[in-house]
Amino acid sequence: MPRFGMVIDTLKCVGCMDCVVACQTENDVPQGFCRDWIVTETRGEFPNLSLEIRSERCNHCDNPPCVTCCPTGASHVEEFGRTVQVTANACIGCKACISACPYGARFVHPKGYTDKCTFCLHRVKEGKDPACVSVCPTHCMVFGDLDDPKSAVSQLLNSRKHRTLLPEAGTKPRVFYLS
Amino acid sequence: MLEFTTTRHNPLVDPVLSVWSWEIPVYLFLGGMIAGMMVLGGLNMLRILKGERPEGFFSVQTPVLGFVMLNLGMGALFLDLAHKLYVYRVYMAFEPTSPMSWGSWVLILVFPVLILSALIRLPEAWPWLGDRVPALRGWSEAILARPGLVKALAWLNVLLGIGLGIYTGILLSTMVARPLWNSAILGPLFLVSGLSAAAAMVHLVSSLVPGHPAPRSFLGGALAMLVQPLGATPPEPKTAVSLVRADLAFLAIELVLIGLLFIGLASSSASHVAAIDLLTSGKYATVFWWGVIVAGILVPLVLQALELGHRIPHTVIPALLVLAGGFALRWVMVGAGQASHMIAATGM
Repeated sequence: MPRFGMVIDTLKCVGCMDCVVACQTENDVPQGFCRDWIVTETRGEFPNLSLEIRSERCNHCDNPPCVTCCPTGASHVEEFGRTVQVTANACIGCKACISACPYGARFVHPKGYTDKCTFCLHRVKEGKDPACVSVCPTHCMVFGDLDDPKSAVSQLLNSRKHRTLLPEAGTKPRVFYLS
Repeated sequence: MLEFTTTRHNPLVDPVLSVWSWEIPVYLFLGGMIAGMMVLGGLNMLRILKGERPEGFFSVQTPVLGFVMLNLGMGALFLDLAHKLYVYRVYMAFEPTSPMSWGSWVLILVFPVLILSALIRLPEAWPWLGDRVPALRGWSEAILARPGLVKALAWLNVLLGIGLGIYTGILLSTMVARPLWNSAILGPLFLVSGLSAAAAMVHLVSSLVPGHPAPRSFLGGALAMLVQPLGATPPEPKTAVSLVRADLAFLAIELVLIGLLFIGLASSSASHVAAIDLLTSGKYATVFWWGVIVAGILVPLVLQALELGHRIPHTVIPALLVLAGGFALRWVMVGAGQASHMIAATGM
């Protein structure tokens, strides 16, 4: 069984937000909400500045606090791809998962349940890439099986310097950033 | 310089997490107080078994009042849910890693225990109901005639009360993403604060209309049932003194636990150290220091110590302050906890 993850090359990302719009369109995300978003981080003092642009989303953690805190099992780890998913009609809207997520990846859908990135599992099951990955004009995002040493994501992680967001939270995120 | 620009959590749009509003502090306060009342009431039921007179308010008012307030608390909790029609899903699963799941099941067990405990004296406390539903008297007598059942009820009150009082703090403390909550002290702190609020509440209601026969009217009886000690004589002075003494201990322990909370945060990661700022500056600091610490703990601590020493007369003022402080603690912790977040230890 695969264990899906994503690798994002921050040296290629230009922050065009194509991934954000593609996700909103593909997943019918209500207006005013987003399942992925762009962060621009600037460090240093002028003129010695460094800039990183990255696309962020649910990290589909190996140790997801949103799943362990859910009282109904609505937030769960899907067997296929070990991704973190939400069953809308099992969610009571208690918002514990939103509080528990260190990445701010979740929001309350106007219909009342908690919503977030699904890694476009419906597309992945058809052999396609997630919508965000498929539209990226700079090809900065790569999606695949982290447990397959021959996959593009595994090879990138083997050959490039990378990090995850807030590793100190102990959530073992599966979205990796190359720099 | 470190600057973030983002299309999520934009400081100008949603600077901090704000998913829980007034409903959650209200539930946490009421739930904690009911939990404390169950513990104190359960211990008092054990005293009845040892032959003490059962007319004391502990034996009836705590379960009846607790039952009514639990419904209010659960109502607040329900109002907070964003997907209300699916609330039944909580009881179609048990998730062992979720304190909220544990709490939901504890709440379901608390209801029958409170109802059974209340039945012991309900027909006498609310004569209007007792006259119309004679079976109630039968049940009351049936429970009282079985010391084993009363003992079991007493211990269920104590154990479920501890569970109900501690789970809310554990629920918040499991959230690694919120450093202010992320402390094992929070469970015991909420439990002790609930016990303190319970002692104050029972003291307060027992002082309102002591020593009158229960009104025979529907509404008068229903209201009096919640606040009036049973019997023609007021509760024994030693009951009030024991409540004040217990509350003194609870307040002192609460103060120590808050101190330990600070020490724990100060000696932990950068995110936890930063979380202290939420209680020492900003909009929660005033309520925390003046509302929770000074008015909610220190002043009632001093006043009740003076009362016990017969230096000042007994009043309901310390009880009122303790209740206000107990709510303020939940309000501050829920609000400031949501504002606390992890700080990235490593940059890009």
